[in-house]
Parts: sequence; structure tokens; C-alpha cells
Amino acid sequence: MNSILQYIPLNYYVALAAILFAIGVMGVLFRRNAIIIFMCIELMLNAVNMLLTAFSTFHGDESGQVMVFFIMAVAAAEVAVGLAILVMIYNNIRTVDIDELNKLKG
Amino acid sequence: MMVQFAWLIPLLPLLGFIIVGVLNKRLNVAMSGGIATAAVFISFIISALIFGEVAQEGSVPERVVLFDWISSGNLSIPFSFLIDRLSVIMLMVVTGVGTLIHLYSIGYMSHEQDHPRFFSYLNLFVFFMLLLVLGSNYIVMFVGWEGVGLCSYLLIGFWFKNIEYSNAAKKAFIMNRIGDLGLLLGVFLMYMTFGSVNFSEVFSAASNLPQNNTAVTAICLLLFVGAMGKSAQIPLYTWLPDAMAGPTPVSALIHAATMVTAGIYMVVRSNVLYALSPDASSIVAFVGIATAFFAATIGLKQNDIKKVLAYSTVSQLGYMFVALGVGAYQTALFHVITHAFFKALLFLGAGSVIHAMSGEQDIRRMGALKKALPITHLTFLIGTLAIAGLPPFAGFFSKDEILAKVWMYSPIMFVILAITSVLTAVYMFRLYWLTFYGEFRGSEHQKSHLHESPATMTIPLIVLAVLSAVGGFIGMPELFHAPHFLNEFLAPIIFKSSHEEASHTFEIMLMSVSVVLLAVIMYATYSYYVTKKVKPEEDSEELDSFAKLLANKYYVDEVYTTLITNPLDKLAAFVYKYIDQGLIDGTVNGTGTALNNVSGQLRKIQTGHIGAYVFAMVIGIITILVLTMII
Repeated sequence: MNSILQYIPLNYYVALAAILFAIGVMGVLFRRNAIIIFMCIELMLNAVNMLLTAFSTFHGDESGQVMVFFIMAVAAAEVAVGLAILVMIYNNIRTVDIDELNKLKG
Repeated sequence: MMVQFAWLIPLLPLLGFIIVGVLNKRLNVAMSGGIATAAVFISFIISALIFGEVAQEGSVPERVVLFDWISSGNLSIPFSFLIDRLSVIMLMVVTGVGTLIHLYSIGYMSHEQDHPRFFSYLNLFVFFMLLLVLGSNYIVMFVGWEGVGLCSYLLIGFWFKNIEYSNAAKKAFIMNRIGDLGLLLGVFLMYMTFGSVNFSEVFSAASNLPQNNTAVTAICLLLFVGAMGKSAQIPLYTWLPDAMAGPTPVSALIHAATMVTAGIYMVVRSNVLYALSPDASSIVAFVGIATAFFAATIGLKQNDIKKVLAYSTVSQLGYMFVALGVGAYQTALFHVITHAFFKALLFLGAGSVIHAMSGEQDIRRMGALKKALPITHLTFLIGTLAIAGLPPFAGFFSKDEILAKVWMYSPIMFVILAITSVLTAVYMFRLYWLTFYGEFRGSEHQKSHLHESPATMTIPLIVLAVLSAVGGFIGMPELFHAPHFLNEFLAPIIFKSSHEEASHTFEIMLMSVSVVLLAVIMYATYSYYVTKKVKPEEDSEELDSFAKLLANKYYVDEVYTTLITNPLDKLAAFVYKYIDQGLIDGTVNGTGTALNNVSGQLRKIQTGHIGAYVFAMVIGIITILVLTMII
């Protein structure tokens, strides 16, 4: 055994990641508060992170874990920019409800 | 060798057209008229020099190639001129009479605002006419042919602000085009039969063919359709009387001396083909005689001085075609020359009268102009005597020759043509007596303005009168034992001369009878119109039915309108409404409207609602995943 993580079969990790990803997707689709949507996006990213780590452990290939680092860096940057935009929006319309952000209606 | 400079002849009027046209408003009448007249006059001098060369014994036709125009595969049509005896005669007539008419126009159009446009169009016309007579193949001739039709349109509709004049110009051009279709079909058929459209090649190939070849007959008939349109024969003649809407110098130049003779020139040029096809020639003669008689009867009842001369022109052109039809090609050309002289003289004289009468053209308002317009009167008298056929004036000899040749061909045609000559004398003298004798029937205002025309107008009249008086001597009949200069001159271009000559007894009888008859007509019309002071009826008076038929020109225009113009108009309106507006506009506009509607629907995808966008993204990703798994 390469690590103690392998005591839990791979299916369980995949199932968990899938469930977390699905929860994240549903949150993005159904929630109205922009900050909650950001959190759900983070949730989706973390689900993928977990999956990558699991596969990396089970196949003994480190590339998976390297990819996780990349994803985490990108996620951090994205959150910074996104929250900055959100603050600017709040300064203008005093709400973060995405239903109010429809000025680009065709 | 002057022949090398032949290209200058048409070039000078073209330059005149460009210069006067471009400088337009900066020129006064003397300058624009002077440039135009000088251009044609110098062309005349060069033509005269070339004539002198060609007139010498043993001269051969020269071909002057300007440039290689069309050469594709086997088809080679160079832009070249043919200088032979026929073309030099036509050159002299066109440039000579053209110069005189340009000079006349300086006086006639002196009060006209738009005179540079007039002179530039006149020069352009002379250019195209010269191309027509100089061309060495049917296509260069066709360029000139079309060009003179165009200039005729431009000049007839010169005062375009008047809608009637513009309609007359349109009518002339459209009827010409109908004839041109026939001409083109004839040229195509000629190319198919002979493989060439050059005069020399076609004629040498044709001379080897037997008589009455169907292709040659068809070609001759199709070419004659073109001549019918251009030279105003039945049924394409109605444009010529309407063309009197143009200024009088235009009527003199185009519709008397030059353009309308283009059809006759073409037939004389193609005499090889017509000599080979007696069927086509007899149709030509038949149409000619019908036109001559028909138009002469209409002329008897016209009251506009120019309309009488117009119908006279149509009738005289009929004479020329009769001569062509019976095979007397040199005689037809003789009549072309004499007719150019006296008809141009008559038209210019009419213009002088109209000018003196402050624009009045109705002979019922004229009368007793003899004293006020001495030069115009004398020259008009000479012109009238020439056309009526009094010896020794020009018309006598050419008309006499035609009558003699027709007698040898068919006595019946001779009788009809003789009656037409009588009618010619009658309507011309009617015109003469009513205009210059009797009492003055115009208004006081016109009477006070009566004046003889200026020198620029009277000098051409005098020159043309002299030519009408002595022009006949180039073609004396045999019995006077004088050489027939014209026939000898033209002998090289004629394929088969008809050797039958009328007997001397017949000639003497014909000449004496026609002179006596003319004297009787002169006396009878004098006593009718001058002594008995009979006036033509006013428009308000009722005419008896036959007179009404003549005065209304046999209602031919009305027939054409009902049978041809109106159905075409309705067809055009139908096509316009249902196909142009309905189908084509509908398709184009409909495409636009459809696009508008579809895009109007599509833009509703952009709801602006972020949730919808995210949902679309998710659906897209799922679709891609599924597709990558399937494929």
C-alpha cells in the first residue's frame, strides 16, 4: 500500500466527488445570491481536486497532485477577481441578487 | 497619295463634337458653329482631293486598315475603310451638304441658348455617317448605322423639355432599332453563309453562286428590313413625319440628305447580292412603289410646311427603292444625289420661311411671302421645280431615268409611278403657291417681323439652288448624245448592269409628256389656289371622308397604337406589377423581412438572466461529454 488512503476503495472517492460536484452544480443553477454561487463553484473545484488526488494515489502517478496545485492557484485568483467585481456591483445596486443583474437583456 | 489621309475625314467631325461639347457654355454661337462648320468643311476638302484621285482612270479600290478590331478564332473584322468610287461620291454628298447645313445652322440657331449641344450633336452625326459610308465591312457600317440613329434621336429631341418632341425622338429611335434587328440577322446569316462580313470577300464569294439561292434571298430581305427602318419605307415610315419636331437644319441634314439615304447606300453597296436574287429585288420594288404612292397621297392634305416635305421625302425614298428593285443601282444613286440637293434646299428654305414668320409652320397662315423673302422665294421655286421634274433642273433627269428603267421592267409599275409623279408636282406646287402667293393670312405681329434671312442662311440656299439647277447634268440620257458621267463613274462597282435601254422614241415621248403635264399642273394649281383663292380647311371645319382619311394620314399611327403599342404597354404593366414588383421585389424584400423576424426571435435567447446563461453552459458541457462518449 502506498498510503493509508488506499484502504478505502476508489469507487467511494469517485462517488463522493460526483455527489459534491452535483451539489455544486445545483447550487450554481438554483441559488440567487452571488456569493453562494461563488462558494458552489469552489465546491465543484474542490470535488475535482479530491478526485485528482485519489487517482494520483491509486495509480502512483504524482502528476495528479501537481495538477491539484495548479487548480488551487487558479481558484484563488478567480475568487479574488470575482469577489472584487461583486463588491463593485454591491456598491452600485446595493444587492447581490443575480436576478437584478439583467441590464444585458436582448 | 491622299487616300492615306482618309482616316482624317471622320476624325475631324469627331474632334469637333468633343471640342464643342466640352467647351459648351464658354462658346458663343459664332464660335461653336464656326468650329463645327470648319471641321466638316476641311473633311469636305480632303474628300474632294480623294475624289480627284479616285476619279482617274484605272484606279482600284483601296482599303485603309486603321486597327485590328475583332479577331477571335476564324472571325477577323478589322476596323478599315474602303475608298472606292461609291464611297467617294457619298463622301462628297455628306460632307458637302453637311457643310452647307452647318453654315445655315449658325444663322438659324443664333437665338438658341443651347447651341453648343446642337453643333456638337451635328458633328457627331456627320462622324457616324462618314463611318457608315467609309466602312469596308458590314460591321463598321453597322457602327455608323447605329450611331446615326442615336444622333437622330438626340437631335429630334433637341428641345427635350417638350414631351411631344421627346416622344417623337423615342419613336424614331425605336423604329430604327426594329429595322436594325433585321439588318443584324442578315449580317449573321451572311457570316454563316460566306464566312466573312467584309465587302470584298462576300461579294466575290457571292458572284460564284447561282441565281435565286435561298440564303442570298434571305440575306437580301433581312438587310432590306434594316433599310425599311432607316429609310422610312412601309411599314416603318411613321417616325419620319413626327421627326419634324426637331430643328429644321436637322430635318434637312438627317431626314433629307444623309441618314435616310443610308438604306439606299447599303443596297447599292450590296448590289451583287440583290442582282443574284430577283425575288428579293421585286419585293424591294414593290415596297418602294407602294410607299411612293401612299406617301404622295398623304402629302396632298398636310398643312404644316415641314410635314408636306417629310411625306415628300418618304415618297422620293420610295422612288429610289423602286429603282433599286428594278436593278438600276446607278439611277437610284443619281436620285439620291439630286434629292439631297433639292430636298435639303427645300427644307432649308422652309426653315427660312419659319424663321421669318416667327416660328409659324402652318401654310394656312402664310401667303404673299414672295416680296418679303426674295432670295428664299427664288431658291424655293428652284427646289420645287427640281422635285416636280422640270428640265433642265436636277430632278428631271434622275426621275426620268427611273421612270424609263421601270417601264422596261413592268408597265403597271410605270403607270403607278407616273401617277405618283403627278401627285408630287401637285402637292409641291400647292405648297409653293399657298406659301408665297395670294394674300397674307398671318397675324399683324408676324407681318411686322417679316424679314429676309441673314447671309449665313441665304448663302447655303443659293449654293444648293445652283446645285439643284445643274446637278442633273452628271447623268444625261443617251439620246442627248452626252456622256452619262455618273453611270460610267460607278460602273466598276456594279455587278451586272442591265443592258436594256428604253428606245429613243419612248424617251422623247416620256420627256415631252412629263414637261407638258407639269405645265398643266402648274397652271391648274395656280388657278385653284391663287386665282380662286382656295384655302385648305381649318382644323375646325369638317372634311369629306376621303379628304379626312388623307389628312389623318390613313390613321396608320392610330392602328399601330392599337395593335402594337397598347398591348405591349399592357404586357409591360403586367410584368412590372407581378414579376418585377411581386416576384423579384418580393423575394428580395421578403428575404430581408424573414431575416428580421428570425433574428427577432433569436435575440430572445439573451434574457440577461445569469441563471439562464449558466444553465446553458451546463447543458452544453453535458452534450459534449455525451457526444465524446458516443463517438
